[in-house]
Amino acid sequence: MSSVIALPETSRPARREWLEFLRRLAARRTALFGLLVVVIVVLTALAAPLLSPFDPVEQDLGDLRLKPPGFRDTAGRLHPLGTDHLGRDLLARVIYGARPALLVGFAAVAISGLIGMATGLIAGYFGGRLDDVLMRLADIQLAFPFILLAIAVIGVLGPSLQTIIIVIGVSSWVVYARIVRGAVLTLREREFVQAALALGGGDGRVLVRHILPNAFTPWLVVATLDMARVIVIESALSFLGLGVQPPTPTWGGMLADGRVYISTAWWLATFPGLAILITVLGINLFGDGLRDTLDPRLKV
Amino acid sequence: MRTFLLRRLLQSLVVLFGVSFVVFAILFLTGDPALVLLPPDASAEDVRRFREAMGFNDPFLVQYGRFLKGALRGDFGQSVRHGEPAFDLVLERMPATFELAGAALLLALCLAIPAGIVSAVRRNSVLDYVATVVALFGQSLPTFWLGIMLILFFSVQFQWLPSSGRGTWLHLVLPAITLGLFTTARITRLTRSGMLEVLSQDYIRTARAKGVNDPPVVWKHALKNAAIPIVTIVGIELGTLLGGSVITETIFAWPGVGRLSVQAIANRDYPVVQAAVFLLATTFVLVNLLVDVVYTYLDPRIRLR
Repeated sequence: MSSVIALPETSRPARREWLEFLRRLAARRTALFGLLVVVIVVLTALAAPLLSPFDPVEQDLGDLRLKPPGFRDTAGRLHPLGTDHLGRDLLARVIYGARPALLVGFAAVAISGLIGMATGLIAGYFGGRLDDVLMRLADIQLAFPFILLAIAVIGVLGPSLQTIIIVIGVSSWVVYARIVRGAVLTLREREFVQAALALGGGDGRVLVRHILPNAFTPWLVVATLDMARVIVIESALSFLGLGVQPPTPTWGGMLADGRVYISTAWWLATFPGLAILITVLGINLFGDGLRDTLDPRLKV
Repeated sequence: MRTFLLRRLLQSLVVLFGVSFVVFAILFLTGDPALVLLPPDASAEDVRRFREAMGFNDPFLVQYGRFLKGALRGDFGQSVRHGEPAFDLVLERMPATFELAGAALLLALCLAIPAGIVSAVRRNSVLDYVATVVALFGQSLPTFWLGIMLILFFSVQFQWLPSSGRGTWLHLVLPAITLGLFTTARITRLTRSGMLEVLSQDYIRTARAKGVNDPPVVWKHALKNAAIPIVTIVGIELGTLLGGSVITETIFAWPGVGRLSVQAIANRDYPVVQAAVFLLATTFVLVNLLVDVVYTYLDPRIRLR
């Protein structure tokens, strides 16, 4: 009696799972809309020089100051969103403002995501004293009024793109650590992990090959939603004058300018704020859809 | 029950200890405090003598021990700018910040919990739809922009409400809305999802099957169980509110701790910064300890741990 049982190919189901996930995500119209908004903002940031009608830092202190939206200058060029107090085109500045916002967003999320993932994996997998220490560290981090801490550190180190990214990145790891730790705690008891350990798999291998891939989805949801928060914080810091410094246009910095001219030039504060709102709303919609598709019970 | 609370109390102390360490380390790592504290035209000899007198030449741990000893007695040193004890300066501003954060939290709870319940009970109705969209916007609006827009409409355009300062309750309206909207959105969404989860439980179905009418089911059975995550988030949101007060107070010139610390940072008045961060963090830790006490009342299972 000879029978060879053909083993099923293993790569196929994995890919099918991905397709299934994408299909389910695509079925959520709000999530798709959010994704579309995010893609448009990212493309705008990348193609800013091509899209922008004017140079965002070119000043005109003559008769081009504080002109309302739809204004046509003497050369007949249209300023769709008007100009600011230094005669700079507002649309150009809003378009270029997407760059620091997204750059800080991606970079800070990458840093805090990595720190949080590593902390969560270690705390959840090894448990015991180590877990206690790491979770107390998380409590300490959480007890700080974040903005105040960021302002204090940036006030001392001096504001720059790197400082902002590092400050936000290093202080935002707690959410990731907690969610990954929670996932690891249940994964650790699962049969496939126990089996891998029983077969002689080392801690490192089990963590990276078996636990990490399964803890990845909650992490991804947190990362997406946290990106929205980071972009708001970047604007808040720029608003307080502690973000990327002028002349680089930032949405927060433009808002701070607009606040000064609030009674005479409403458009200065309105449009950069709308840009932040649209970006953050898009990310939140996509993140919500991602969570509902991957794990509706996730508490983030 | 008692061991649980005792353990939580101990944990809070450890956290506060850690907070004090970080607060001190930030100043220590920022370089020479003597250069910050002395006028820029001080001579090298003055700087040296000042360092010696203030103990800035001592090892890190000695300096930290001295800082901690002072902090425990509420002594963070003199404010460089105002010449008063930094702790007193911050303490003076605390009521204003609590007033603002409290008003924002009250507003959030009064709006969010009813909205969340209605959303869950009348799922997919127009009300649910409106509440969901409003909550989504509330979560995406940057605080400072909302504040500016509110000033634009209600202070500049219509001149209904004052745009800055503290005094009558009218002064409180715009800052409280600005600070509270994000929290309102968070709690609305959490209440909705919590209620939906509880309403699908077996014991709710049993109560309904036994003929209990809808409103009592919601109030007696569902809400008490859905309250557990809500109470937790209120503790955490208070941190958001205290932190967010920094920006809101700056926009509305509200004389609280947040505005004081932003000014202190600009003036390099580090004793005030340290005192402010430490006091705000302490408040947050204490509130969360209180939340855990409430928790044991709402969810008796916790007491057994």
